[in-house]
Amino acid sequence: MGQLLAVEVVYRGVFQKTLAKNITRDIVLAAHNEGKLGISFGRYGDAPERNGIPAKSFAIVATDELTLEAGMAQYEPKQVDVTVVLDDTLCKGVESWAWYGQQPVHRALKPGHTLIVISQEDAPTLLKSIHRREQPYKLGIVKGITSFSGMWVFKDDHTDVRVLGAIAKALPELFSFKSVEQFINEKLKSAAKVASARADFDRFTTVDVKASQGNPEELFKFELPGWKDMRGGVSVKGQPQGGPYAADPATKQVGGFRPARNELFKKYSTRTERPVVNFATCTKCTLCWLNCPDASFDVTPDGTYDANLEACCGCGVCEDVCPVKDCVTMVNESEFHGNDSQYAAFKKDKDAYLKWLETTIKKAEPIEKRSNGFRYRGQYQEQIPAALEIAKKG
Amino acid sequence: MATLTAPVEEKKKIYEQEALITGAEAIAIACKLANVDVVTAYPIRPYDTVMQYISQLVADGEMDCEFIVAEGEHSQFEIVKHASVCGARVFCGSSGVGWMYAMEALTVSPALRVPMVCMVGNRALDDPGAFGVEHNDALAVRDLGWMLTWVDSAQEALDMALIAYRVAEDRRIFVPLAISCDGAFLTHSQALVKIPALEQVKKFLPRYNRGDLLLHPDNVISVAPQANEDWVMEIRRQNYAVTEIACDVIREVYTDFEKTFGRKYGNPFFEEYMTEDADVVLLGMGTMSTPVKVAVRKLREEGKKVGFVRLRWFRPFPGPDLAKCLGRFKAVGVIDRDFSFGSPDLSGVVATEVRSAMYSSSPTRPPVIGFIGGLGGREVTVPDVETMTDIVFQAAKGKAQPLTQWIGLRG
Repeated sequence: MGQLLAVEVVYRGVFQKTLAKNITRDIVLAAHNEGKLGISFGRYGDAPERNGIPAKSFAIVATDELTLEAGMAQYEPKQVDVTVVLDDTLCKGVESWAWYGQQPVHRALKPGHTLIVISQEDAPTLLKSIHRREQPYKLGIVKGITSFSGMWVFKDDHTDVRVLGAIAKALPELFSFKSVEQFINEKLKSAAKVASARADFDRFTTVDVKASQGNPEELFKFELPGWKDMRGGVSVKGQPQGGPYAADPATKQVGGFRPARNELFKKYSTRTERPVVNFATCTKCTLCWLNCPDASFDVTPDGTYDANLEACCGCGVCEDVCPVKDCVTMVNESEFHGNDSQYAAFKKDKDAYLKWLETTIKKAEPIEKRSNGFRYRGQYQEQIPAALEIAKKG
Repeated sequence: MATLTAPVEEKKKIYEQEALITGAEAIAIACKLANVDVVTAYPIRPYDTVMQYISQLVADGEMDCEFIVAEGEHSQFEIVKHASVCGARVFCGSSGVGWMYAMEALTVSPALRVPMVCMVGNRALDDPGAFGVEHNDALAVRDLGWMLTWVDSAQEALDMALIAYRVAEDRRIFVPLAISCDGAFLTHSQALVKIPALEQVKKFLPRYNRGDLLLHPDNVISVAPQANEDWVMEIRRQNYAVTEIACDVIREVYTDFEKTFGRKYGNPFFEEYMTEDADVVLLGMGTMSTPVKVAVRKLREEGKKVGFVRLRWFRPFPGPDLAKCLGRFKAVGVIDRDFSFGSPDLSGVVATEVRSAMYSSSPTRPPVIGFIGGLGGREVTVPDVETMTDIVFQAAKGKAQPLTQWIGLRG
């Protein structure tokens, strides 16, 4: 048997689909320059993709045809040699829109192999999000802002070839940089892209991550039942109505309302921004609660609205409809760790919470620039200088 | 000479009245007796006879049900599907291309465990536009989890409708059931039928209880979600479990039917006619039984030991039972009022199933000759049966015969 190699690309559904597909296709074509054979495919269950919901694309490469067969007719490879993460907020966990439970971003990564994340953060910061695992691995960062390259009108920003350069360094068995260069010259026909790929090939480094390092949080797991234990008639139990919000920790006051939610689907790994709520200025107008498409707001005993961060997928509708200045603000998800209740923190220490709130919402981008996607024409062009700066620094 | 056993024995007279009615009318009366809650209708011949009779019963105040005329067969079957999930006893039906138009609704019902009872007035599929009987319409759902039965008399149509509700609504079963009635010969032909008393039917047929599968505000469930590859096999296995137990449940119900109404059907799955000492047998489904029986009696007079097996339940297919029965004979001729183009030996559906059942469950290997005849409502005549019997006797003597032959065809 020859050698079988697999690369998975974890990305934000729809927004990064084209980019992910391009990267996995490029991998196969670059490896083919060395006589290797390969296939590229997206995870079937992710389609039809939803905006921002974590999705995966794969490249399987083998030294010969027979070996390649072992990597075919699967929804996803059971183990991969490199995992590429195209948006660093995915490090908090990956949950497909189907019923899989949540997965750590490096679930399929072979021990000792490399996790590549596109991020502006450093390794210690990312490791606050990336979950602990028993087998050590390597973490490498390709510095950059989350790319939408290839989606609709968004121009190519070289993220695809930068990733190829990094992979050539991380996994030389897959392909040499020479093969990447040949592929870019022949297929993409761009000297600038060769230069971008080379820059990341030259400077790509990794840090060793030990078993004890990383986010200790337990991700939600789901045990699939056997056919005798499943309900018949293709039916699932409906959600009960819900009940009062938990007792106020300070006053023990019980009240409010918390709707029952699907215990088997947490939604929050879809989030790239989260709402931060000012409970002191909230007028209890109910608009956020009414308009939230996922019923993510809990009604607190005070009558204010607490965004339940296990249920919120970060769409930002609440911020749009809130009539009070800075009462609901969407802040980049990478600023946070954990999903603790903001209302609980507010009740525990109002002054400390409001102080935290003030600093936190300052980190939010100006509202006209803020969204899961791009909100206005020309935004991408405006961001190019900043992106270039980051890429140059590496 | 073999004893001429009447297929149905009457132990005692337990019935209220006798009426001269068609097979379709018999089923309509069974629906009334079963106190069906929701009936959907959309006209297509020959099924439309039953909807006409039911609407008449409703109009006359004899039957109390929701009678909904849908805008097409697909809606017709979707409406009863939803009503059944909400706990209603339902009745529906169609014919030929109408049945095919409902196909998407037909495919989802078994997995959702909907015990709808339907009448298929068997009709040739278009094209050409034709009204006569062919069995391909009902057979189109044979792999999908439906229970499929064929009856050959108005009396059996009424009895089968009552049995159908009892079987389909058994908690261990909960799958849809179709009663096939040959167009014209059964749906449009009147015969004397014994109609049981309502009290007896009530005794035989308990209320439909959907239990924890009931869609109701007090039992909040979501039915028919999307599922990925992690779930589908388990869902299919649940339906497969129905087929594992179905034959036992059907036997139980027939025993109870006999106890309640005094009419004995013997083996529920197929009827044997003059087979005791037979050398060869013919096998078929539906109303072709009458000309075949006439021919069998005639051939017996000529000293030819031939018998007839009429298959009553096609799904579940009584594989081991039937193979054991057919294994006793020197050759078997299967008359298909259907076609299965491109199938093994280019036979009809029933012949292919019979050969498959015999391969696994019969110790002997008598030749099985497939006949395709009676398509599009063409009569299966006594001379046709004589021809087929001759061919089967030749096969029994070891003289090789084509495995599939068309009968009653102009050359």
